[in-house]
Amino acid sequence: MSLRLDVTPNSMRLDVPSDLGIVGDAVELVASHVPPGTLSPRRISFNLRTALAEALGNAIKYGTGEDPGRVVQVQVELGRDFVRIYVVDDGRGFDTNRVPDPTLPHNVEREFGRGLFVIRHLVDDVAFNEKGNGICLTLRAG
Amino acid sequence: MRFTLKKDKSGVVVVGVEGQLIVGNRQELKQKVLDALEEGSRKFIIDFSKTGYIDSSGLGVLVSLSKKIREQGGELRLAGLNADLQTLFELTKLDTLFAITRTAEEALAAF
Repeated sequence: MSLRLDVTPNSMRLDVPSDLGIVGDAVELVASHVPPGTLSPRRISFNLRTALAEALGNAIKYGTGEDPGRVVQVQVELGRDFVRIYVVDDGRGFDTNRVPDPTLPHNVEREFGRGLFVIRHLVDDVAFNEKGNGICLTLRAG
Repeated sequence: MRFTLKKDKSGVVVVGVEGQLIVGNRQELKQKVLDALEEGSRKFIIDFSKTGYIDSSGLGVLVSLSKKIREQGGELRLAGLNADLQTLFELTKLDTLFAITRTAEEALAAF
């Protein structure tokens, strides 16, 4: 399955097929095209990659239901000192306020439920669209 | 991305994770460890010294494997976390579930 990244000096765009097996390649493709100096190499290597993998994984699993005929859209805004990533699926969305705290003692041994918690700690700002099927991740320099 | 399994002379299985442990490859790691468990291995170390990043699905599979190994009377230890991964384990409180050592050698010595 091939991925095609459209790149301009200030943006990137990628349609990701709804296949969990392609998440790693999609993350690498985006991360490797973030211009040097926008974010520190460490934040690109870890924070950006992990947060984007989370967002894509959630969109594919819960938004498009791993339906190979559907895609998840990734759009990236490249600023002088920030990177903003939009991940949008065509699913019904979910209520982001109803996600339990995975660090509570009775949740720590659960296999699932850490995705949003992890994202919130890796990026500087997280926002959702009204429908709950789109997430916007902002990482700033510094 | 690659997983390697090596059994040392004392029977401890050391699993290396090269690249990333994420939603797209977690099942492969799970199956490899479960196969070794099925074949009788009980002591496991997962070595993350060559791992770039782990997402929440990767963390989840470690929780799941740890439970399954403990149910069989075994133990799963983690080693080689870089500073960012160590912080991730601390934030999610998973550092309280696992014995974590700086290197796989230290984990082996502690078994």
